[in-house]
Amino acid sequence: MSIWVDKNSKVIVQGITGREGLFHAQRMHAYGTRIVGGVTPGKGGTTVEGFAVFNTVHDAVGATGATHTIIFVPPQFAADALYEAYDAGIGFAVCITEGIPVHDILKVVTTTSGMRIVGPNCPGVVSPGRSLIGIMPGHIFKEGRIGMISRSGTLTYEIVDSLSKAGLGQSTCVGIGGDPIIGTTFVDCLRAFANDPETDALVLCGEIGGSDEEDAAAFVRDHLPTKPVVAFIGGRSAPKGKRLGHAGAIISGNFGTPESKLAAFAAAGVPVADRPSAIPGLVRDRLATAR
Amino acid sequence: MKLMEWQGKELFRRAGIPTPRGEVVRDPEDAAAFVAANPGSWVLKSQVLMGGRGKAGGIKFADDPNQARALAGELIGKVLKNEQNPDGERVGALLIEEKVAIESEAYVSIAIDRAAKKPIVMLTAQGGMDVEEVAARDPGAIAKYWIDPAIGFSPFIARRLAFAANFPAGFHKALPGVIGGLYRVFMDYGANLVEINPLVLTKDGAVIASDAKVELDDNGLFRHPELQAWKTEGPVDDDQAAAIATGLGLSNYAKLDGDIGVIANGAGLGMGTMDAIRNAGGAAANFLDIGGGAQAELVKKSYNLVVSDPRVKAMFINIFGGITRGDQVAKGIVEALAGDDVRKVPLVVRLTGTNEKEGRAILAAAKMNPVETMDEGARRVVEMARGGVFP
Repeated sequence: MSIWVDKNSKVIVQGITGREGLFHAQRMHAYGTRIVGGVTPGKGGTTVEGFAVFNTVHDAVGATGATHTIIFVPPQFAADALYEAYDAGIGFAVCITEGIPVHDILKVVTTTSGMRIVGPNCPGVVSPGRSLIGIMPGHIFKEGRIGMISRSGTLTYEIVDSLSKAGLGQSTCVGIGGDPIIGTTFVDCLRAFANDPETDALVLCGEIGGSDEEDAAAFVRDHLPTKPVVAFIGGRSAPKGKRLGHAGAIISGNFGTPESKLAAFAAAGVPVADRPSAIPGLVRDRLATAR
Repeated sequence: MKLMEWQGKELFRRAGIPTPRGEVVRDPEDAAAFVAANPGSWVLKSQVLMGGRGKAGGIKFADDPNQARALAGELIGKVLKNEQNPDGERVGALLIEEKVAIESEAYVSIAIDRAAKKPIVMLTAQGGMDVEEVAARDPGAIAKYWIDPAIGFSPFIARRLAFAANFPAGFHKALPGVIGGLYRVFMDYGANLVEINPLVLTKDGAVIASDAKVELDDNGLFRHPELQAWKTEGPVDDDQAAAIATGLGLSNYAKLDGDIGVIANGAGLGMGTMDAIRNAGGAAANFLDIGGGAQAELVKKSYNLVVSDPRVKAMFINIFGGITRGDQVAKGIVEALAGDDVRKVPLVVRLTGTNEKEGRAILAAAKMNPVETMDEGARRVVEMARGGVFP
């Protein structure tokens, strides 16, 4: 099993005729994802590289029974794209777009209950061997029983690569995105993984800034007594007050510091790796003690 | 984008929040002329974005035109410095405002609460000081309310908060108007933060915003072309200026204290690379995230930006491609090094992920050998920076 995304997921690509949209539609298709079509207003009825194009999400859902969407539209149109998906009855949306106004996304995530949104500004979700809805390089993943949750895209690849090379495959990997407001948090993911019998252990990749890691640690302490969790925190060497790429990754005052996150994970009995390559070893140790 | 006080107050006035009477001047003669035309006691407030401008000597008082001219001459062009801002900030404009007789000072702000995914209103009757100090010393003195965006602001919120924070009675009648206006500014202009500190109750019973702190979301600025002119008003710091000139996102470059240049794709990997360099005993000279899907040209410009820092002794380019394609990165590196006038430092490249094969082929053709892992790359670049060993 896996969470949220599997072989039955029928996926449309919003913005399929754009450069990135088409490139990744082809890569996802090659991975084995069921890409059932795409949406570009004004190009309905045509095909692009073999994918059926629709004018509206409503048309696409009607014709294909799509259940999932992935969004590549420019930031000023992203909120509209998410509302359109919600209106058409899509239950799961991955939003890749970077640079969406924070007020837009705030309104979207608080008014579209029933539709799970992953992102924005995220690499997507993959259940290895089943379906990849995102922009991750598929070949680094391996089927298995480790769940992975990450705020960062490229750090996810780094960690997944080391897990796969160590023989630790993954059930599902979720890149939740690094923006201040996101649709799906660490805790949302932990809750879903908690009920997945085919996920034996979890890797949580956080970074400085915000309090998502502290919330996740509290959830692990209170609700995940049996599933081993290992964490990593990016940006531990970052100075205070510098905004490092992600809008969310900033230490301001005593808020969002690595110390606070380390303390929270320690209190929850979650070991924190000092480098990505140390994660597989910690996962193995935790799995061995859990048995 | 952070707004100057006078700009924030302009938005406040449009939303019906009372502010002191005043005028923006950039020339001492204009300051004198204004005071001559409006006799009375005036405050000359330096327009800077840094905090603590009063302690840095950025606020003066003038009762006549000559005094106004002299003090304005002293302030305009001056670089204000204090402990938190050792580099200081140059004063370009002054806001001349009527001096008000203060009965009481309060604090009110609206910001986005990330965890709650709602706007949060914060109030305290202890205005005029750093709210973080109040929070640390007397957390009970701060009243908070999370606004449901579907309902928006309603006057009861102001009443509830005013009673909870023990506001003097003189504030009560005006407060719903002030907070309602503040919420409108927050929503209409897509702000990350709107803050009035202090919100003043005057001796004659008026409630006015004596200061204004407004931070707008850069991603939402396209909706406000009318604010374009204000973009150049605030000083971009050196990092932001360098990022803009290179074609990077505003927060994708930051100078740090070490001597090892870093280029990575993605903020997480960029931070991870800094951490790896520290783990290997070195220190990063910068953070640089080329973002997702960077083309060769951006990679080349990023290389040039990093080596433009004379402290950089060696560089680590760490790429794990997802949306970024390895061939584009490799092409950019090769092109950057092809120039005769470019400064060359010992360079370690790690290139994996999307279009890795194509990228490695391009590097191989240029006789470059990428390392396999981040740990290995970090170790080698630290050795190179220490010993000046060329690959």
